[in-house]
Amino acid sequence: MSSAYDLIIVGSGPGGYVAAIRAAQLGLRTAIVEREHLGGVCLNWGCIPTKALLRSAEILDHANHARRYGLRIDGTVTAEISEVVARSRGVSQRLNGGVGFLMKKNGIDVIWGEARLAKPGEIVVSAPAKPPMQPQNPVPKSTLGAGTYTARHIVLATGARPRALPGIEPDGRLIWTYFEAMVPKALPKSLLVMGSGAIGIEFASFYRSMGVEVTVVEVMERIMPVEDAEISTLARKALEKRGLTILTSARVTKVEKGADSITATIETADGKGRTITADRMISAIGVQGNIEGLGLEALGIATERGCIVADGYGRTNVAGLYAIGDVAGPPMLAHKAEHEGVICVEKIAGLENVHALDKDRIPGCTYCDPQVASVGLTEAKAREQGRDVRIGRFSFAANGKAIALGEDNGLVKTVFDNRTGALIGAHMVGAEVTELLQGFVVAMNLETTEQELMHTVFPHPTLSEAMKESVLDAYGQAINA
Amino acid sequence: MASEVILPKVDMDMATGKISKWFFSEGDTVRKGDVLFEIETDKAAMEIDAPADGILRDVKGGEGVDIPVGAAVAWIYGEGEAYTGAASPAPAALEAAPAPAAASPKAPSATVSAPGAQDGAVRATPLARRLARDNGIDLSGLAGSGPHGRVVAIDVTSAMTTAPVPVAVASTGPAAAAIPDAVRAPNDALKHFAEGSYELQPHSSMRRTIARRLVEAKSTVPHFYLTVDCRLDALMKLRAELNASAPIADGIASYKLSVNDMVIKAYALALAATPEANVSWTEEQLVRHRFVDIGVAVSVPGGLITPIVRQAQAKSLSAISNEMKDLAARAKAGRLKPEEYQGGTAAVSNLGMFGVRQFAAIINPPHATILAVGAGERRPVVDDTGELAVATVMSVTLSTDHRAVDGALGAELVGKLRAFIENPMSMLV
Repeated sequence: MSSAYDLIIVGSGPGGYVAAIRAAQLGLRTAIVEREHLGGVCLNWGCIPTKALLRSAEILDHANHARRYGLRIDGTVTAEISEVVARSRGVSQRLNGGVGFLMKKNGIDVIWGEARLAKPGEIVVSAPAKPPMQPQNPVPKSTLGAGTYTARHIVLATGARPRALPGIEPDGRLIWTYFEAMVPKALPKSLLVMGSGAIGIEFASFYRSMGVEVTVVEVMERIMPVEDAEISTLARKALEKRGLTILTSARVTKVEKGADSITATIETADGKGRTITADRMISAIGVQGNIEGLGLEALGIATERGCIVADGYGRTNVAGLYAIGDVAGPPMLAHKAEHEGVICVEKIAGLENVHALDKDRIPGCTYCDPQVASVGLTEAKAREQGRDVRIGRFSFAANGKAIALGEDNGLVKTVFDNRTGALIGAHMVGAEVTELLQGFVVAMNLETTEQELMHTVFPHPTLSEAMKESVLDAYGQAINA
Repeated sequence: MASEVILPKVDMDMATGKISKWFFSEGDTVRKGDVLFEIETDKAAMEIDAPADGILRDVKGGEGVDIPVGAAVAWIYGEGEAYTGAASPAPAALEAAPAPAAASPKAPSATVSAPGAQDGAVRATPLARRLARDNGIDLSGLAGSGPHGRVVAIDVTSAMTTAPVPVAVASTGPAAAAIPDAVRAPNDALKHFAEGSYELQPHSSMRRTIARRLVEAKSTVPHFYLTVDCRLDALMKLRAELNASAPIADGIASYKLSVNDMVIKAYALALAATPEANVSWTEEQLVRHRFVDIGVAVSVPGGLITPIVRQAQAKSLSAISNEMKDLAARAKAGRLKPEEYQGGTAAVSNLGMFGVRQFAAIINPPHATILAVGAGERRPVVDDTGELAVATVMSVTLSTDHRAVDGALGAELVGKLRAFIENPMSMLV
């Protein structure tokens, strides 16, 4: 069977499905190939279901601290992990169904199976190795199956999967990846988390709230190593206060499996080393691109460090073949994938004024407690680039709303280019900062200087006032500090 | 009338600049487009052209002295124009009669310094406005690349770097002669393409430098090419062994050799063993180098640069490897000092990581050779006993400047290189 499309997208994660919708809006005859679950890891096994878990954790924490707010709960508040998980899966399932609906609404053909590039402009889809993966709703009848499909343009949006450390490979039983960590059948008493990036820290935070003894091991000298050093230090203190054990400059060198526990040998900077025994372990040392089995080698598509090499418009070195999202390289974030997908499709459609993604303006959010959010250059990165910088800081401890909320542990740090006044970085830790950050992201994209930010009225009383104060502080004009 | 020659801003971060070399002196006759002087910044040396025909007068910008951006460093008087002596002409006289657009470096398309004259009507971001104001750029002269034609910061910064740089095309030699007019060339090319089917990207100064140097090299240096296949198995094995035995400090291996590091070392040793090929051609004499300084091509955003491993023949593999890591990282960040990428006696360019089997590279003068390295790949070979076997083989192609190095000498050099690669232990002793 053969069918000529304008565009075929391989992978229906946040990059692929958004690109497909944009393509359909632009009048391109579009198909999307998926092998596991519409919506990809993000909404089935990643960003979204973890937010559902963390919401349960947050409410549990609030309940446990109700006395601080003058409230008394008679009896106890208990986490029923099976129900917490069930709620999270339900959230994913609802969004998964939503993606199916959006494909239908936009007239996008869904092809179910594994795609392989046969030649430029042609893919062969074979039946998937695995049945549709929970929470995928039953595959609709109108979905196309195995066969050969042709298109003028093919976008690879195959995403990424957890990276494994040789010798410490996840086994699904004692050593988990985020897949198993997302759906625990029971809570372990203790948990070792290897890796303190967004995934590791979010799960560490969740399990800690659920009452699990959690140890985080990070090979770099601080947790969340991509974040600004000050922010990561504050986050560490706050997490330790919540009872997490954090080991930095430490490396898991060996894991021995027991009947129902693991014992990890950990090499620490002081050379002493130690062993930790825990019921379960999460391997969260990063993800790697899904570049295998796509037929890239035969077509000579360039790859680098496990990802496809693509330019600012997603174009690979082979005409008519594009790559977006995680498989096109870091930062591996859903919103980066979405934006790359839109840019790629608009460029294919020949729209004018399409701009390559500016990777210095991609925000990043981590939903641990306290939350961490940032955009642009860290202070260290900016100085490394030889920039003359101005730094602003403002603590939640001097923000009225934060104090009223009982969430006065937080910091907003801003980085300005001293010569031009351009806002080049913003870094935050504290309650709700993942929702606050976007104010700075918009400001950066509009190329505002400190002047516009100072002239902007921020509503009172809000946490966002700390953002303005941080800007003022960079120029020595903070009011409440 | 006299034209002012100013020190242009060639780099965003630049408040002052140093003239590293004047190519003309007081009283010389210059033609518009002649390279007048060279500015050195931390990223590159830039050649600055004469803005007009005439006689060079009042040369004030001394070599190696810090000069504020925008300061007059000389004047060019028209033929027969009265020269009133060392005193600069009254600025007022100049400003009263604005020069024909091309004559003055202060007035190329986008740069008129009346701040904010018409800025109100121009759609521009706050940052673009501030940059324009601070650097005397007229926003109304800029084409905005942002949404709805809005002028964004990059439009202003590229106007700052490209406006005073009519450098690229004019130079000595056939390259310059072949392209008489910088403006006409693109327009001629454009007529072949439908309007709207393309977008125009202004050249960065790096692109212009690459274009100029490569045209010059390929059209003036008589290249010839020698390709050999090298068995790589022994080198791969040694590399694995050396890497496995790297001392660990603070949890990090003290080195991790790449194949390229080993090729650099092998080529340096081959050159050291073939000193007649470690040379540079100049019109006056042959320069025979005492040391082997290897430039290594590093791809960077928007172009490439060749940082140099100095005295590579004398350095250990781990030293070369760690130095390359540092140089490559700083090259990508645009933080190389000029002395780190200028000069060198030979070069290595490796496209093996992209699966390229074999290619021929363009020599980068003053080098006399460049080694183009392909991918190590499993290939059928006939071994010493006449049996068909499978081996890891890497093709390398040596490009050679025939003025300085003849065929037989080149063959000797490439033969020694192969010997080092196929018997890599010999590199360690």
